[in-house]
Amino acid sequence: MRKEGEPQFGPIATHLTRPVHTRDTYCADAPRTAAYDCSVPLSDAPAIDPAQAVTASAATTSPADAAADREVAVEVRGLVKRYDGRAVVDGLDLVARPGAVTAVLGPNGAGKTTTIECCEGLRSPDGGTVRVLGRDPVADARALRPRVGVMLQDGGLPTGVRALELLRHVAAMYAAPRSVDELAERLGLHGFARTTVRRLSGGQRQRVALAAAVVGRPDVVFLDEPSAGMDPQSRRAVWDLVRELRADGVAIVLTTHLMDEAADLADHVHIVDHGRLIASGSVRELTDGDTGPGTVRIEATPGLDLTGLLTTLGPNPSWAAAEPEPGVYTVTGPVDAAALADVTAWLADRGVLARSVTTGRRTLEDVFLDLTGRNLR
Amino acid sequence: MSVQTVPAAAPAVRRIAAQASFEARAILRNGEQLLVTIVLPVLVLVGLVRTSFVDLDTQGYTRIDFVTPGVLALAVMSTAFTSQAIATAFDRRNGVLRLLATTPLGRTGLLAGKVLGVLAVEVVQVIVIAGTALALGWRPELGALPAVVGAGLLGTAAFTALALLLAGTLRAEGVLAVANLVLVLLTVGGGVLLPAAQLAGPLAHVAVLLPSGALGEAMRGALLHGSVPAFSVVILLGWTAALGAGAARLFRWH
Repeated sequence: MRKEGEPQFGPIATHLTRPVHTRDTYCADAPRTAAYDCSVPLSDAPAIDPAQAVTASAATTSPADAAADREVAVEVRGLVKRYDGRAVVDGLDLVARPGAVTAVLGPNGAGKTTTIECCEGLRSPDGGTVRVLGRDPVADARALRPRVGVMLQDGGLPTGVRALELLRHVAAMYAAPRSVDELAERLGLHGFARTTVRRLSGGQRQRVALAAAVVGRPDVVFLDEPSAGMDPQSRRAVWDLVRELRADGVAIVLTTHLMDEAADLADHVHIVDHGRLIASGSVRELTDGDTGPGTVRIEATPGLDLTGLLTTLGPNPSWAAAEPEPGVYTVTGPVDAAALADVTAWLADRGVLARSVTTGRRTLEDVFLDLTGRNLR
Repeated sequence: MSVQTVPAAAPAVRRIAAQASFEARAILRNGEQLLVTIVLPVLVLVGLVRTSFVDLDTQGYTRIDFVTPGVLALAVMSTAFTSQAIATAFDRRNGVLRLLATTPLGRTGLLAGKVLGVLAVEVVQVIVIAGTALALGWRPELGALPAVVGAGLLGTAAFTALALLLAGTLRAEGVLAVANLVLVLLTVGGGVLLPAAQLAGPLAHVAVLLPSGALGEAMRGALLHGSVPAFSVVILLGWTAALGAGAARLFRWH
């Protein structure tokens, strides 16, 4: 069964952004990105539109500003942040829109958290501009705080207080917060309402932290690895809440290491490495349009003999079929509509009803690993 | 997208009051914090008044009248300095300061909440210590109250500044060690419980210049003579300015 938002097949070009200030050595520095053409012009990038950028940063109180507010909730351009002289973020661009989930992916140390912290006003940039709702997160912090919800990577929860006591405390900072009870119900906090934060599990803490981030009815929410340490049930509750926020027009920026989370939730994905944006687009745009071979993935009864399948598909020597795990088959080659029909006909001849047949070139994880390398760092 | 009202913050007074109450409750609920802020001063009070392990020159006052002002000064130190330094250091390490700074409370609201939280805990301390002292025969002049409050506020300002300077610059474990050690050293040789003049050798000259000695003199002045010595006021204000400036410059939120 195809899940909503799952990568789909389609002739949509991959939109890769090349950061404006990328040095010419970048391609040479990163041979693993050879599959991508580093010379793709910036104008292909849907995420970074210079015209809108100018509008968003032009003024702070004009009606034009309000208009920009609606189009771009978060805009980062050429962000540079150094720690002890070392650039952790090195000319990063990022845009997030209202009513959309923007995922920031990247290996550990890529600069994700530092970027988010600059957006939250917790760190001052060393270069570039950051605008949240058209304002500077540091200079206009007072105006932005009621409108921006934050979930820090390390939680940031005081450990000595009870879960719901903490949530009520954060709610007291806002003029018209969400109902704490309703939010606790949504995220299943009542089961440990009177437990001190110190004694909560990692996933329970994450849920409390998420509740604290959204209790003020923010226009923009920053979630730094929101589902880290969560069980599948918690994660689902979190994703549902994120989707509801999106439907309400909230701009959601989240960092994650979970590719399925990004694939399921994100309207827009930014892949970041070495402090720079290296790819940007919808999940579909990132996973389609690649020049590599196509794949048909089949889930069915295990142990099917695949030799007949290759005969069915014809003489092209690039076809390959395998059963990487029992009951999961992958057929790779020049997949087109006719080839897909051949595959399903072959299944029908054997009286096999597949549980799922999906076509797609690559998963988001494949794209991510191709761009950022498969080696441990 | 429908037109929405812009989310707004609660009024500043409500935010800061909420934070002050939150901070005070956190301290009064924590066992170790209670030990250093309530149990320790009460033990010192009872120990000095009811036993003669320490030979006191009470300058003609009764033992309880002579000791209680110093114990109140010690209580201010334990809350404004040791307790606050440790709590803030661990909040800083755990990201609590950063998280609260992103809410409408903000950094200044957080600071204001902390100071008011300290004062709230001090009120509880004064009730417990004064109650114990009264039971032990303490008979203070009610007219001394404004001077006592003034001395307490000056001491709180200086020691809170020191607490924030430590908490904002050292590792949490380091703050835990230093804050407790400094409290012990100042209690023994800082002119808190005993007048600086009664300390041995050069300590007598040093202690009057320390915030602990100044606070002790201020409390004794208020309760024994009805007024706070100007010299103590100047010393405490000087420390507050210096430590406050240091904390403002050096405090790291991360």
